[in-house]
Amino acid sequence: MKVSISWLKSLCPTELSVDEIVSRLTMAGLEVDGVQSAAKPFRKVVVGEVISVTQHTDADKLKVCEVSDGLATHQVVCGAANARPGLKAPFAPVGAVLGDDLKIQRATIRGIESGGMLCGADELGLSDERVGLMELPDFVQTGADLAETLALPDDLIEVDLTPNRGDCLSVTGLARELGVLSQTPVQFVRCEPVDSGSSQTHDVKLSAPESCPRYIGRVIENIDVAKPTPLWITERLRRSGIRPIDAVVDITNYVMIELGQPMHAFDREELVGAIDVRMARDGEELVLLDGKKLTLTEDVLVIADQEAPLALAGIMGGERSGISEKTKTVFLESAYFNPITVAGKARRFGLHTDASARFERGVDWRLAERACQRATSLILEICGGISGPVVVTDDEHALPKTQVVYLSHSRIEQQLKISLPSATVQQMLGALGFEIETVDAGFRCIAPSWRFDVSIEQDLIEEIARIYGYNNLPISLPAQALDMASISEAETPLMRLKHYLVDQDIQEVITYSFIDPEMQAILGDGTCGVRLANPIASNLAEMRRSLIPGLIEAVRHNVNRQAPRVRIFETGQCFVPQIDELDQSERVGVAIYGQSTPLHFSIDRLVDFFDLKGIVNGLGMINGCGELTWSPSEHKSFAPGQTASVSLNGEVLGIVGRLHPKLARRLDLPKPLFVADLKLGPLLQGQVTAFKAISRYPRVLRDLAVVVDDAVQWQQIEDAVATLTDDRIRSVELFDVYRGPGVPDGRHSLALSIGLQDPQGTLDDEAIQELIDQVVSVLRENADAELRG
Amino acid sequence: MDDLESIKDDALALIESADSLAQLDDVRVKFLGKKGLISRQMKMLGKISPEERPGAGSKINKVRDCVSDALEIKKSALEIEAEMQDLMHDAVDVTMPGRPQRIGGLHPVTRTLSRLNRLFASMGYTVATGPEIEDDWHNFEALNIPSHHPARAMHDTFYFDDGRVLRTHTSPVQIRTMVSEDPPIRIVAPGRVYRCDSDLTHTPMFHQIEGLVVDRDISFADLKGTIITFLNRFFEADLDVRFRPSYFPFTEPSAEVDVQCVMCEGSGCRVCSHTGWLEVMGCGMVHPKVFEHTGVDACSYTGFAFGMGIERLAMLRYGIGDLRLFFENDLQFLNQFHG
Repeated sequence: MKVSISWLKSLCPTELSVDEIVSRLTMAGLEVDGVQSAAKPFRKVVVGEVISVTQHTDADKLKVCEVSDGLATHQVVCGAANARPGLKAPFAPVGAVLGDDLKIQRATIRGIESGGMLCGADELGLSDERVGLMELPDFVQTGADLAETLALPDDLIEVDLTPNRGDCLSVTGLARELGVLSQTPVQFVRCEPVDSGSSQTHDVKLSAPESCPRYIGRVIENIDVAKPTPLWITERLRRSGIRPIDAVVDITNYVMIELGQPMHAFDREELVGAIDVRMARDGEELVLLDGKKLTLTEDVLVIADQEAPLALAGIMGGERSGISEKTKTVFLESAYFNPITVAGKARRFGLHTDASARFERGVDWRLAERACQRATSLILEICGGISGPVVVTDDEHALPKTQVVYLSHSRIEQQLKISLPSATVQQMLGALGFEIETVDAGFRCIAPSWRFDVSIEQDLIEEIARIYGYNNLPISLPAQALDMASISEAETPLMRLKHYLVDQDIQEVITYSFIDPEMQAILGDGTCGVRLANPIASNLAEMRRSLIPGLIEAVRHNVNRQAPRVRIFETGQCFVPQIDELDQSERVGVAIYGQSTPLHFSIDRLVDFFDLKGIVNGLGMINGCGELTWSPSEHKSFAPGQTASVSLNGEVLGIVGRLHPKLARRLDLPKPLFVADLKLGPLLQGQVTAFKAISRYPRVLRDLAVVVDDAVQWQQIEDAVATLTDDRIRSVELFDVYRGPGVPDGRHSLALSIGLQDPQGTLDDEAIQELIDQVVSVLRENADAELRG
Repeated sequence: MDDLESIKDDALALIESADSLAQLDDVRVKFLGKKGLISRQMKMLGKISPEERPGAGSKINKVRDCVSDALEIKKSALEIEAEMQDLMHDAVDVTMPGRPQRIGGLHPVTRTLSRLNRLFASMGYTVATGPEIEDDWHNFEALNIPSHHPARAMHDTFYFDDGRVLRTHTSPVQIRTMVSEDPPIRIVAPGRVYRCDSDLTHTPMFHQIEGLVVDRDISFADLKGTIITFLNRFFEADLDVRFRPSYFPFTEPSAEVDVQCVMCEGSGCRVCSHTGWLEVMGCGMVHPKVFEHTGVDACSYTGFAFGMGIERLAMLRYGIGDLRLFFENDLQFLNQFHG
């Protein structure tokens, strides 16, 4: 809501400075977004009248004008296309000052003397548009001081209102607030009833009383729409950001800004039969004032005549019944539309109008008649004509109910920790328009009809807090019994896991949760993800099922910027549709690419599968989570033979592997990229240590080498050894893998280090040999392993 | 027995001149080995008379001990020298770069969130979470934002065909908590939120943290005190804080919170649009309708809630000028935030 300070002060004549007004409104919840002057400063500019115009002899685009300042005429060279005899326009004579320092001097332009300057609105800082000379209405006095004529200087404030304060979408509403905040009595606009000179009326039927419980109409005949709108109206409208159109429309707009009641004027000659305020029929069409054609649905309220819809109720009028230069008789509408009916419709049709903004938030349902009187008196004054009687059509039952709210002293004290005398509370709320009387331990308050946001005690508490000043209210901290938090030792804090990854030289990233459906299809398992109905872009249209696509994008971003190595991770929710619900659980993803370490003279290799496997295994070690098991896996987008499925305690967590080189090349990633995507939950479930006695006897390590078929996986070796129940066999570690001379083709040698320890005593050679034999024989049976000589 | 003395002199001379452990071992074998010169002398003892034998034996022993000692001394000297040579061989240029041991870093949003969590944990708050795909009831209805409500227009909501939404704020977590837990409640709910909006100062996804306190006799004064304390602790500075009346459907009274600009200390700069104030969060007393929806007894309990954008706080804290950097994941940006 943009409004001029001078207009505001005409209702609320406060002495406060503009800065102070801005600050008080803002601190009362009516946030002032910006302040600007209505015009640049200027001095000695007057209303000039162009007497005659002749062509400049030496320049096609220049004219020589004789301009009167009321006392004398001046010869002025001017380039404006709209300079014409009889035009009244701002005139800056020699000696006038525009802006801070542009002093008008006598000049010779292409050989012709020019004594002063005719001004456009832009040159006076009244407008940003350059449209020739500013055309002043004929009735302004030639020679009059321009600043005085235009009520300058003036400041404009832009108030950014919250949706609950529709009542402040008018100068009257803001003046009411400012009156309370500055303790100034407000001089509200008087809307005296206008006597009707004719008995002309137009029938109105309310077919949808829930949506439109009150409709006020009035016929005004014999008006002259060609009459110019007075400058004081067009100037005030202009300062509120509304362009003048014609006198009738300007007046309805003026009343809307002044009082807050949007109104509409129909050309009565265009109406076919009675007005029917009804819901639209599905498929009905309406061409709006701006030429746009709408197809309506039955949840849209329209003003119709007996033929077709005329206007989108509370939003915009239609083309057919709009005021035109031929209009002689108007039918003036001033109605109350239910906010719920109007809400969302403007948005649906992309029509955010001044009217819809007000009706959506709620317009004072008692205002319509007064606004109608106000508009009638202005129309009669400006356009002449004879008015018929005000005709109120309403449905009492459907009108909003008066809100009665009780407010207790104890509630004020409990919520705000202040204690206010009854008189103060009465004064605060009374000034805001509440009818208030004291009752037992508090007050009975009747909310004014313009306050749609007041229905419960807390709403009144806020009013009191607002007027008292939020920043004047006391400050404390909540009291709390000294309880102790329960902290599960088995549960691993997510930050622990993140710190582990960070310590592995991996950078955390955060990528969007919606991704490219195409990438999802390429990297997914063939089933669909959840699609957004209104994505912001087609490549951000589907909710991620895995962290891998986002990580790949982040790798690419950095590889494209010449990063030699990229190591990143992310944790976050992923969205996997299940049969009857949506699984949205957290996952952790890792991607590594490029050199295994930063450049160093001692190491030079690219990352490989085992780099990532080591990192991922570490996740299982945090807080004793458990050992991860790995099994070969296949996926069309991953490299065969370098991809594994990872499980923990039998539950599959996810996939770790190398992106298929074919896909990597398509994504401009020339080096191997390894990625992991795992369920996070199980990895955060650690365990509290259950101590086991340690052996005091020496630990023995014995190495042995076995030769196995290439088809034998390491996991088989580990599993085979695990079948041995002798608890003296403590560990098996792989320390070398060999293929080549001495080992037959199709087989390879594994060098194992076997850890042995007896809790009861020192192992002698015989016992050691017996244990090693156990290992060898179990490997022979389960993995066809032969001892290497 | 002249022999013995000369053997000893020879041995000592050879020991003295040995310059490697191998040479020294040759000397040991030559004199003390099984067939060595001194061992041979010992064997010859049998050939002399039993009377002379002890005397001769003791002389030989003396020579043997003398040579053996000399060998030992020389051996340790040579060992020290050999080790020294090994070390010299292994000498490095200690000014060359060390083997790279780097650490990654946390995303600035995580860093900020984690700090917020810790600050609130110190005041007895626990962390609560909720799903990002929400139903209409949790995201809007229960928060007193019915479908026709103009406040819905303030949330540029992402929808799914089944009517569900991407949560537009972290407030649904307060609904979930109030439904499942009895007061007293003290939680913070951090997480991702989504708005269908993307330009210089908006990303379609960002992060918020929501706070909720429900207990007996919670007042607006408690809310003010909590917020002021939090902002001062977070920015580690003594900053002015002001509360402006505002509007959220789920709180009443509601407030917008401004903090004295951390860039210019309130004197006015580009960041605060020359107002000296930065709008950092919204807050208010829990609306009775919300209590009603979640089954909290509004006669016995009152509460407050607050919510703020994490990126906004991180931008102010670290002086980051462009919101979009947070989700470009450029390592040059991310690397600046330590692990």
